[in-house]
Amino acid sequence: MSRVAARAQRPAGLAPRRLAELLATMQRIRAFDSILPRLYSAALTRGSSHAAIGQEAVAVGACEALEPGDLITSTHRGHGHALAKGADMGRMMAELLGREAGFCRGKGGSMHIADFAAGMLGANGIVGGGFGLAGGAALTLQQRGAGDVVVCFFGDGAINQGAFHEVANMAAIWRLPLVLLCENNQFAMSAVISQMTAVEDLAVRASSYGFPGVSVDGMDVPAVHAAVAQARARAAAGDGPTLVVAATYRFEGHFSGDLMKYRDAEEAARWRARDPIAALARQLVADGVIAEADVEAGRAAAEREVEEALEFAKASPLPDPSQAYEDLHA
Amino acid sequence: MPDQRAGAAGAPRTITYAAALNEALREEMARDEDVVLLGQDIAVWGDGGGVFTVTRGLVEAYGAARVRDTPVSEEGLVGIAVGAAATGLRPVAELMYFDFVTLAMDPLVNQAAKLRYMFGGQTRVPLVLRSNVGASGGKAAQHSQSLESIIQHVPGLKLALPSTPADAKALLVAAIRDDNPVIFLEHKLLYFAKGEVDGPQAPLPFGRAAVVRPGRDLTVVASQVMMHRAVGVAERLAAEGIEVEVIDVRTLVPLDVETIVASVARTHRLLICHEAVARGGWAGEVAMHVVEEAFDELDGPIVRVCGANFPVPYAGSLEPMVIPGADQIEAGIRAALDGRVPDDALHRVAAGR
Repeated sequence: MSRVAARAQRPAGLAPRRLAELLATMQRIRAFDSILPRLYSAALTRGSSHAAIGQEAVAVGACEALEPGDLITSTHRGHGHALAKGADMGRMMAELLGREAGFCRGKGGSMHIADFAAGMLGANGIVGGGFGLAGGAALTLQQRGAGDVVVCFFGDGAINQGAFHEVANMAAIWRLPLVLLCENNQFAMSAVISQMTAVEDLAVRASSYGFPGVSVDGMDVPAVHAAVAQARARAAAGDGPTLVVAATYRFEGHFSGDLMKYRDAEEAARWRARDPIAALARQLVADGVIAEADVEAGRAAAEREVEEALEFAKASPLPDPSQAYEDLHA
Repeated sequence: MPDQRAGAAGAPRTITYAAALNEALREEMARDEDVVLLGQDIAVWGDGGGVFTVTRGLVEAYGAARVRDTPVSEEGLVGIAVGAAATGLRPVAELMYFDFVTLAMDPLVNQAAKLRYMFGGQTRVPLVLRSNVGASGGKAAQHSQSLESIIQHVPGLKLALPSTPADAKALLVAAIRDDNPVIFLEHKLLYFAKGEVDGPQAPLPFGRAAVVRPGRDLTVVASQVMMHRAVGVAERLAAEGIEVEVIDVRTLVPLDVETIVASVARTHRLLICHEAVARGGWAGEVAMHVVEEAFDELDGPIVRVCGANFPVPYAGSLEPMVIPGADQIEAGIRAALDGRVPDDALHRVAAGR
């Protein structure tokens, strides 16, 4: 049996013990993004960094459906994608702090964290900047013929970029191994998605390119995993892209300090009640997979890991000024 | 003086600039299966090979997986080429006219030019973006521009402007083998010009200008059609005993400042000629290098003979008013030799604020 066929038949579904591990990953992502305001207040970070608190189930559920050879592209709100794809937290923190040990040796910061060795082709400061990169990476994988796929994470803001249309169409005609994963967190800065598009269900857009579009609860890890696993299998089998739209919510502002005048308090409270980490924890406790105390222990362990990552980052020097002139050209 | 020969392998033949480009693509595709072509109407338009025949026969030779006709999606096709380059292929993307680069600026400026640097050297982007510049007789405002100066402004992008079939082939081979994004701009009026070209081609390294015609009285720095026009003027002036040195820049990034400065140190006078509009054009960049490095060598003002700061008009009576012709180049040379700037109509509007 070919490698492609074997992968296409990989069964979906997650064992309870595996779900407990994914809960831990979500807690790590939450802890990482929760420290951002503190870093900024302490002047440890510069520029902008964007928290994906509330969106952890999308990153974790999607990456769980991937194989080691698969690639992802990310967004300006990409810490969770990187951690879920296996990037080292210490090197991520070092990049946030602009240190030598960072993934980009301090040249990128939060908006450009990349870990090519882990298949993470970079956060991107351009909304929709990942479409071309993901489509091109999918072209490379198609030429290589090994059955690997690319997942392009993007937001509800990016789905209105022209690049979405152009790349979706080209991926469709060439049947590129691509999964277009829209994290609909409801907001592009202050732009509420329901006011920025006249279709209610963003997944219907896929029909205009001739590939499937599915909507999924982005607060539900198994649901995201199942949808992406199916899309991945389709892509790996050579049948082309799928648009997966995961409904989620950006619990915090665009960045810390956002006044959020555009946000309805009742709506925010409704979404917060569906916190994906709390929901998965409740489920696992109810099913007897973990104990209540394990949830708290997981949270504490994640916070400790973040503190250790911060110590690692602080111990790394700032890049030597001469490095400003390195790596422009290969 | 730098090596003026494009390459040294294989028996030379006389072929067109378009055919030379085709040979470069063909040889590199045979050499490296990671070389793939993406563009609009590059496979089956006409009798194959795109509007200017550069890719003729390649889909038959290498198949539709490696020679891909794309939809009319400039941002998408360049974006995909960038992503493919960053993950291991060596794509050669084509824009049918470089005027259309405005639709693809994000993947070029914010992605291709930045990825290696902002990711701290984790990747490289061996992309070639081929296209053409220049007015060619009535293509008007949106199919005639020479927008190379915009590219020159973006760190991370290399930039070639080949003027002869031999250089076109040798520079394209170098561009495809380069691990960095290269913008490769051909000129419409040169596609069917003929010249001697070697067989299997050695690459011509970027950053080597060519002294096309030696002379003692004044240096002209130019490229492509303007370079050929300047050579024609120089030959005319030689009858009067005026010896003009003509330098073909060949690549703008990197720019061979050394050859230009060395020439000015011999001639003490400099004229820069390009078809791109004068304002913000690369003449200013060349001039600043000379001012910084050879100011004391100059015996008069640096003169530029460049496109007027206007769109390119359609009518046959209007187009020559914005594109430098031989007469304007000659007037510019005579003015520079007199130690003044020219006062003809083109120069006045070209220099218009």
